[in-house]
Amino acid sequence: MKYLQQAVILAAVTSAAELIKYLLPLPVPASIYGLLLLFLLLKTGLLRLEQVEDVGNLLLELMPLLLVPASVSVLADLETVRTMLAPLLLAGFLGTALVMLTAGRTAQRIIRSRRGGRGNE
Amino acid sequence: MSDFFSSSAYLGLLLTLGTFQLARTVNRRAGRELCSPLLFATILCCLFLLGFGVDYQAYYDSGAGLLDALLTPATICLAIPLYRQFRLLKENAFAALAGCAAGVLTHMLLCVLLLAVFRLEGAEYITLLPKSITTAIGKSLSAELGGYPAVTMAAIMVTGLFGATAAPGLLRLFRVTEPLAQGLAIGTASHAAGTSQAVQLGDVQGAASSLAIVVTGLLTILAAPLFAQVLGIVS
Repeated sequence: MKYLQQAVILAAVTSAAELIKYLLPLPVPASIYGLLLLFLLLKTGLLRLEQVEDVGNLLLELMPLLLVPASVSVLADLETVRTMLAPLLLAGFLGTALVMLTAGRTAQRIIRSRRGGRGNE
Repeated sequence: MSDFFSSSAYLGLLLTLGTFQLARTVNRRAGRELCSPLLFATILCCLFLLGFGVDYQAYYDSGAGLLDALLTPATICLAIPLYRQFRLLKENAFAALAGCAAGVLTHMLLCVLLLAVFRLEGAEYITLLPKSITTAIGKSLSAELGGYPAVTMAAIMVTGLFGATAAPGLLRLFRVTEPLAQGLAIGTASHAAGTSQAVQLGDVQGAASSLAIVVTGLLTILAAPLFAQVLGIVS
């Protein structure tokens, strides 16, 4: 029954996130509000990790599977996609790789320089 | 087939689970990750639906929607690795912010380049601006700024699929070896879909990638309207 209890808590957090989205007129999805909300609940100690961890880890592990229906939704709009296929693919492939390069290298450089700096002290 | 699909409540679920499991079995037999199960299942499902003339809504209503509905709570659960790794992330807050900002800037500049090279229409350019971020923010941002939300969705999907599939190889190629930097790079470039891969790499990568989704999403909400102004300057 511990799974049921955890599922109830996660469903409650999700619903609360939807309520926040309903009340605030920002282009921010419920999942981001929920992520912040669950984080705050854990951080303030109102929820303990054990109260959500098992079902939470299961959902995280399943996430690639859960993304399949959304990915297949490209089919629903093949026409519009076709009209701008080249820039779409360039942004999708080249852009993603470039962003990974700049974001990763920038972060890595700062992390390493901080670590190096501390080593000299 | 199309008729039966429309009447079934589980066939889409079976198709999705079955193709995903098939990819996992192939990988296990091969002893290594030959194909990303997400990519493999997506392609097989698309081919199946196209081949049998089943429309997306019928697929969605026959069980695939159940999985899609779990995506919101699953994304919320990214708070768990974030919480577990909070100290590490806090110590490296500046690196995280700088990495995400560098990524967002790279993407926006590339969009300007595509605008110039392909002589895109204004709406097409705006459509591409929010493509590195999580689906729901990207879709509403595209609509708000005057892009084509459906195409933004497609761009986000391509980005996510490619990011999730290619991340380990790309990071190796770019020599990004710090777990924290790896996670930030994946989350900044390819939102929750990439993060689903980052979580498999390790807890630190998962946490950093989750953080990057949030930071990148917020930075893009701030930066996209500014870059939309480029149109006024060009035309």
